[in-house]
Amino acid sequence: MQMKSTTSWVPRRFLGTTLVVLAAGTCPGAHAATITVKGSDTMVILAQKWAEVYMSQHPDVKIQVTGGGTGTGFAALQNQQTDLCNASRKIRPKEVETCIRAFGRRPTEYRVALDGLSVYVHADNPIEELSMEQLEAIFTGRITNWKELGGPDARIILYSRENNSGTYEFFKDHVLQGKDFAAQAQTMPGTAAVLQAVSRERYGIGYGGAAYGVGAKHLRIRKDAGAPAVEPTEENVINGSYPISRYLYIYVNPALDKGPVAEYLRWIRSDAGQAVVKQVGYYPLPPELRTR
Amino acid sequence: MPPPAHGTPRVPDWTSLARGRRVRPLEWLAERVLMALAFTALVVICLIFLFVGREAWPIFAGRVDSSLARELQDVIPPEDLDKTPPERLRLYLGLTREQFAAMDRDTLRELMEVRIEAREQIPDDKDALLNTVRWRYLIGPHQWTGYDRPVYIWQPVSAIHKYNLVPLVVGSLKATLVALAFAVPLALAAAIYVSQLANPRAREWLKPGIELLAGIPSVVLGFFALIVLATLMQRLFGYPSRLNALVAGVALGLAVIPVVFSVAEDALTSVPRSYAEAALALGSTRWQAAWQIVLPAALPGVFAAVVLGFGRAIGETMIVLMASGNASILSWNPLDSVRTLTATIAAELAETVVGGHHYRMLFVIGVLLFAVTFLSNLAGEWFIHRLRARLEGQR
Repeated sequence: MQMKSTTSWVPRRFLGTTLVVLAAGTCPGAHAATITVKGSDTMVILAQKWAEVYMSQHPDVKIQVTGGGTGTGFAALQNQQTDLCNASRKIRPKEVETCIRAFGRRPTEYRVALDGLSVYVHADNPIEELSMEQLEAIFTGRITNWKELGGPDARIILYSRENNSGTYEFFKDHVLQGKDFAAQAQTMPGTAAVLQAVSRERYGIGYGGAAYGVGAKHLRIRKDAGAPAVEPTEENVINGSYPISRYLYIYVNPALDKGPVAEYLRWIRSDAGQAVVKQVGYYPLPPELRTR
Repeated sequence: MPPPAHGTPRVPDWTSLARGRRVRPLEWLAERVLMALAFTALVVICLIFLFVGREAWPIFAGRVDSSLARELQDVIPPEDLDKTPPERLRLYLGLTREQFAAMDRDTLRELMEVRIEAREQIPDDKDALLNTVRWRYLIGPHQWTGYDRPVYIWQPVSAIHKYNLVPLVVGSLKATLVALAFAVPLALAAAIYVSQLANPRAREWLKPGIELLAGIPSVVLGFFALIVLATLMQRLFGYPSRLNALVAGVALGLAVIPVVFSVAEDALTSVPRSYAEAALALGSTRWQAAWQIVLPAALPGVFAAVVLGFGRAIGETMIVLMASGNASILSWNPLDSVRTLTATIAAELAETVVGGHHYRMLFVIGVLLFAVTFLSNLAGEWFIHRLRARLEGQR
């Protein structure tokens, strides 16, 4: 008896849910403009925080944020499965080309935040600073022992990111000058994993967003051998003296850049949106790039 | 005499067992549904293989070209949009006739500008003209620009896409061999003990206990290896790289033990009791009977266990993705970090351009894995078949 009542109850409940979902899906004008955001894993925390703050101020807007990586974001933008694409690197010509083929226009690029890439080592490592040239030599595998840098006689253990990440490509383009990472570099699925590994590996070195700070030592970086060593602080990143910094971007199909989407983008680049950037641990845009 | 015409109604055989079908239509229906379900599994496997094979096929057929030759042709400046004959422009932009007809002037102009940007970003590199998905680059060494000797290298996201499979195959084999070296002796010892030596009470606890290992989600094993095992083993052995084939192999071994154990235990138990009893009657100890009589008799089954364990280990993804360090180094040293075939697919597939050469290469790896696991399972089945034939005295 008990059994029977459960079985007849289940389908009715499913039916009810389906109806509610259908009702919500079929009347878009009533309320809830939905904005979907997809892309860079580096930016997920930031994008979620933006969405959270914005939705609390604008209850009529729903924002869905997913990660997956910058490349995934661009693929979704091309297939028009997302409204906004978070990107931790600039769009590539190939991707622009696919976008133009898909919707006839070049996607609009917005710079939305600044990020400094830190180079981390274990807290007990005596090395305090490295030059860009040394970093290149370390990560391409030309320098393999800490001894060559004035440290202890031990093999350098390299930690890198998976090759799908925007951080990986940025580091490769700007620090390695486009050369290949050494095959010995271990690839980690996220900045947090790199940091976690370096904090446990006495002779490890890794790189990642400056926002993830705790647990390992951030090195000071010299632009070249003669330049002063610069710490990845907010001031140094914003004024450009810290050599490994990048913009974070949002790309949008120009046909969709209107109404709630345009408003959301404007808010992100306003002082209110940039305050969130700072809270999450990235660096706000210099004032001349913000919207009034 | 003419052959019987097709479609002649057969006289219902009311006396046969099939009679029940007519009397109980529900049972008949249930039987059909179950049959359909069973065949669906087979069909789904075939479909999956077809899908994977289809995505990888262009590389096997040599129809994919990863060289940058197209970008290196002479560019047409956007100002010449009106001067260029439409057919030449269409070929230059690589568009089909329909696409070309549907585009307005602004779009074409944009596309031409993008082509110039792409041209500027081409690395100044003699390798830019190589089609790197040809087999000689996939399996042979090559001296790329900037390298001082020919290397086997997997660097799919690079100015020049390098897709050498050798480091990944070696990586997979290395992790798998470590796993088997760890798991097989333990699992076999446990199987011999449980099936031959243990008293029934101990057996009742041990068998399900070991088989319960199979129920641990591999992500949990991977996490355990990443956080606990790696640190513990580094402290114990003091090697430089914290995540390596040894750590991944041991964690993988934990996943393989239940497979090897249950197949081997089955094989040992299926040796007729009379074998051991005869040995005991002739005065051998229980250990001698187990080691010298029962184990040799069950040897094909034990082989099958090892081969099936191999298939399980080489196909496992999550554990190696988390615990191996994923560096594509070509070396046989188990203390170096490894990147396996499975982890490569898992880590890279989400980011590739669908239909691009990187995407297709990952499917080539998929075909490779499918073939290897299929063959090892086939070999396992064959060994089990031989065991059965031997024990039933057909040979």
